[in-house]
This record gives sequence, structure tokens and C-alpha cells, in this order.
Amino acid sequence: MSSVTGVSLADETPGPHGSAPLSGDGAGTGRLGDRLFGGAAKGAGLLVIALVTLVGVFLLWQAIPALARNDANFLTSREWSVDGAHPRFGIVELLWTTVTVSAIAMLIAVPVGVAVALFITQYAPAWLSRPAASLIDLLAAVPSIVYGIWGLRTFGPVFEPVQGFLQHTLGWIPLFTGAGISGGSTILFVGIVLAIMVLPIVTALSREVFAQTPVTHKEGALALGATRWEMIRTAVLPFGKPGIISASMLGLGRALGETIAVTIILSTLPDGAKWTWSLLNGGETFASRIANNAAEFDTPQKAGAFIAAGLVLFVLTFVVNAIARVVIERRKAFSE
Amino acid sequence: MTTSTTASPGPSAGSAGASASGTSRAGATSAATTGAAATPPSTRGTAPTELGHKARGRAVKDQLARVVMWAAFLLALVPLVWILWTVGSKGYHLLLDAQWWTNSQRGITSRREGGGAVHAIQGTLIQGLTTAAISVPIGILTAIYLVEYGRGRLAKAVSFMVDILTGVPSIVAGLFVYALWVTTFGLQRVGFAVCLALVLLMIPVVVRSTEEMLKLVPNELREASYALGVPKWKTIMKVVLPTAFSGIVTGVLLGLARVMGETAPLLILGPYTKSIATDLFGGLMPTLPTMINQDRTEVLQPAVDRMWASALTLILIVLLLNVAGRVVARFGSVKR
Repeated sequence: MSSVTGVSLADETPGPHGSAPLSGDGAGTGRLGDRLFGGAAKGAGLLVIALVTLVGVFLLWQAIPALARNDANFLTSREWSVDGAHPRFGIVELLWTTVTVSAIAMLIAVPVGVAVALFITQYAPAWLSRPAASLIDLLAAVPSIVYGIWGLRTFGPVFEPVQGFLQHTLGWIPLFTGAGISGGSTILFVGIVLAIMVLPIVTALSREVFAQTPVTHKEGALALGATRWEMIRTAVLPFGKPGIISASMLGLGRALGETIAVTIILSTLPDGAKWTWSLLNGGETFASRIANNAAEFDTPQKAGAFIAAGLVLFVLTFVVNAIARVVIERRKAFSE
Repeated sequence: MTTSTTASPGPSAGSAGASASGTSRAGATSAATTGAAATPPSTRGTAPTELGHKARGRAVKDQLARVVMWAAFLLALVPLVWILWTVGSKGYHLLLDAQWWTNSQRGITSRREGGGAVHAIQGTLIQGLTTAAISVPIGILTAIYLVEYGRGRLAKAVSFMVDILTGVPSIVAGLFVYALWVTTFGLQRVGFAVCLALVLLMIPVVVRSTEEMLKLVPNELREASYALGVPKWKTIMKVVLPTAFSGIVTGVLLGLARVMGETAPLLILGPYTKSIATDLFGGLMPTLPTMINQDRTEVLQPAVDRMWASALTLILIVLLLNVAGRVVARFGSVKR
């Protein structure tokens, strides 16, 4: 398994000698010890199912009263006032920021991550391949709060002129109109920092699939006179495509849910700020809205509104991860 | 292995045949084809005279791809080096002070220098170990269920749920525990609630790595044990788990590294305090991530220094766990 993603493709493939997946089904003796131990193992499995279900159910249960009292449309409103007898809150702005930030992160992280994975598996000299993989994994070991303070205090000021340039030359595109937010705290910048955080995830999983490309495919391509790049394009990439997709999905799940780095870096907008499409604006994602207001959870109603936002985030990541899972499953069906 | 041995007769037989025909016909074309077949693809571009205009384009593309892959790798290293350098250079001098490892921040304002991080280090370690104590048994049992017992639909469901749990954003885990602990049971926010949220994040890492290791244990070992009449549960406890032990330890250490660097649930469940607290069930408990979070908005130099120093301490702890995990994996992996 790669420690970074927590998901492994080795789970899905047969053993090293092509042996069938393990089975010792008939080995239980039905004695007390066996029944207890088997029961405990099964119980732990059921507990995991129960935990995930509970997360969904509890969030829903806590969110419903607040949603019922909500005077604005939860899905389309831009307001967020959760106090008083007539709370009005909606998620459309949070959704926009969350999705754009993640999209920017993926646009950068997927090509670079795949290229790094190709480098590690196909191009790196043998002595470099392992250390290179470990180095990229180290990126995943850096705690996200460290990315946050580094982004805000060190990387941000460096990025400032880049943003000025973008605003100056591309300002006529709505995505790049200036919004008076300093360079180190815009949606675009957070997307770039998230890309760095997601990169090791994309790399780790893609690397694993690329390494599994059948040697016969690769040698076949080379024997037909393909250059190394053509070999990669015709043998490695098609074989690894489902892996790349699921790696991207896992990365996307991570980007959608990243909290503290976004909270630290992205500057929040005042209430009633004008809507813009600009990537050079501030904003809040689901996660950072919750984190920014963590101190305000004093009444069930207020907490309920934030829990409702958390629920949407949970559903989003659930869908994304489920897609990743389905893609891996389908690959398994084809590769055997 | 098999592919390379089956492939090796191919070129040699081909070149033998070509040289035989070359002696009879002395054709330059056959010599050229053998040359092309025998040269490794990477050096193909060195013989442009025999390749046409199109082939030169292909060679250029191949070189270009190589450059791009190297560039992507070096690009990915930039943030890693930059972050480690920033945090290291700004934080190291406080760590050299013995006070850092012995004192807390009690009574020390942002304006004042001095004080240490022992309260936060202690809190991080206590919460990390408690989390591990809860999630390791559950995780290992779930993995045992998946590998040794689980068949059919339930096992699929458990495996799917583990994947979903992998993708649950940390802030959602925090919100869930908040909904359970505070709004439903009406309890205070304490260290133990944080541990519960971290358990949610640690279980999937432990499950996946343990599962991987259990799958590597040769089936022959299990069968030998069954043949001697050992019950299944004893086989698992005495044969399978000890064989996979080092791999499991690696997984636990990596999981621990992940949860110790986690900040988002702490924002909701574990507010910061400046004095030493060791009671998981009463009062607030400071941790390194919340200590960083506390000082991140400061502009006064002593507080900023402490922020970098605590970030460095956190990185050191997390890296130490990662390195320890990899060393254990290297020296004690399952022999095939």
C-alpha cells in the first residue's frame, strides 16, 4: 500500500504467483475460540460500516432542524446569517469557492503528478527511483497547518507579483479581474498550494499502476520500434488510465475537504460582498467556513447550520471517493 | 522474470539469422536492420543518417518528453525543500534552547520571549497514543476480517466503507464527534472527544496497511498450521500476525503520523490552552497544531518565532514517525 493514499491496487490483483486470493474458509473449527475470534473480527468490520453510516445519519439529524428553520434557499442563497429567529443561509458561494479551488488544484496536480510518476517508474535511473519516490511521499507527511503558514507567510509574498501580472494582462477576462485582495490570499493561490498538497497522492497511486504495466506490452512497443515516449503513450498510459482517474478522484476528495491550509491562507469576504467570478478574489470553502466559525457553535441552531454545510461536504467527498472506487473495480474486471 | 527470459532468445536468434544472410548477400540493408533491432531505444536518436525526417521528429519528441518528466520531478521537489528550509531556518534556534523542551507557555504573552512547548508536545503525544490505542485493535481486527474471514457482500461493504472513511475530510470527522459528544450528549469539549475524531481518521490507514501485509503472508504457512490441527484463530494469532508484524507496525506509525499532524478536528473540539494538561476527560488540552494555530496571526516577533519553532517540532515528530515506519518496513518485511 502506499501510505499516502491508503488505497492500494495490490488489493485487487492476484498474488505474486498468480495464486487466487487467500481463503481459509473451511479452516474454522467451530470451537469457542474460533467463534469468539471470528465474531470479534466481524464485529470490527460491522463497526466500520456503522461508523460511516452514523457520520451520515448524525450530520443529517443535526442539520434538519436548522434547515427547516432556514428562511432562505439552502442551495441557492448567498447569505449566511445563522443567528436569531429567522436564520438565512445558503451554500452557493461556498460551493463555488470549494469547487474552483479544487479544480485549480487538480489542473496543476494531475499533469505534474502523472509526469512525476512516469519519471519515477520509467525515466529515473535505478539508483534514483526509490529515493525519489520517498521524497515525494515526504510532501504528504508535512502537516497541512505547516502548508498553511508557509503559504501565507513565505510563498504568498513571492506569488504577489505573479498575480499582479495576471491581473494586468488578463484582467479583461472575468476570471482574472482584480478584487482588491492581496496576492497571497486569493482563490487562485490557495488552489496552487492545494495542488502541492494533492500532488503526492496523485503520484503515489499512478506510480503504483504504471509499475504494474505488463513488461510484455512495453517490450512489444519497443520491439516495434517505438521510442520510449511512444512506448509510454501506447502501452503505459492506456494501461494506467483507470489508475490515473482514481488517483485524481482521491486527490480531489482531499482537495475538497482540506481545511486548515485553506482557512489560514484564503481571506474571507465581508458579509454582502459583491459576487464576482474572479479567481483573484477571496472567499470561503465549506471546510474553512466551518473552521473559521468553530468558536460560534453555542446554540444547536447555529451549529446545525454549519453541520448542514459539513453534510454537503461529506456527500461531495463520498461521491468523489465512490467514483474512484468504481473505476478501480472496473479496471480489476478488465485486467483479469 | 519469465518475460525477460522468453524475450532474450528473440533478438539473439534474429541477429544470428541476419548475420547469416548478411554473409551470403553482404547487404547493407540487413546490417542496418539488425543494428536498429539491437540498439536500445534510448540511443535510437544517435543515428539520424539512417532515419528519415519523420524519425528525427520522433526522436525530438522523445527527448522533449524526457526533459518534461525530469522538470516535473524537480518542480515537485521545490516546495518540499522550500518548506523544510523555511521552517527549519526560522524555527531551529528556539529548539536549541533547553527551555523549549521543559517549560510550558503559561503566563507568557506574545510580547515576551521564553517559555517552551512541552505542554503542546505532551498533549499531541497523549492524544496520538490514545487514538492509536483505540483504533489499532479495531483496524487490525477489521483487516483480519477482510483477509481471513470476509466473503461475499458484507466483506465488499466493509471494504467500500473503509475507502469512504479514508476520504472523510477531517473537519467532517470533527463535526460528527461534535454533533455526537456536545450537542447530543451535552458533554464538554475535552481531549478525549478529539481522540474520537482522530480515531475515525486513523482506522482506515491501519486497516489498509494491515490488510496489505496479511495478504503477503504466504498461504503455505496457514495451511501448514491448519494441517497440524491448530484452530484458525490461533493460526492467525500465532502464525499470521507475527509474520506480518513489522508491516503492521509500519502502518500504525504512518497512521499516527497522519493524526498527529491533523488540525481541523482540534479547532472544533480541542481549543488551545497555555498550561500543561494531562487529563483527557476534563478541561482543555493543548497540542502542537493548535499552538501553531494560536500564534499564526501574531505579528510580534517572539510569538512568530514560537510559531515556526512549534511547526518545526511538529514536522520533526511526524518525520520521525515516518522514518521509523519506513525503517521497520525495510528491515522486517514479509519474506516471500
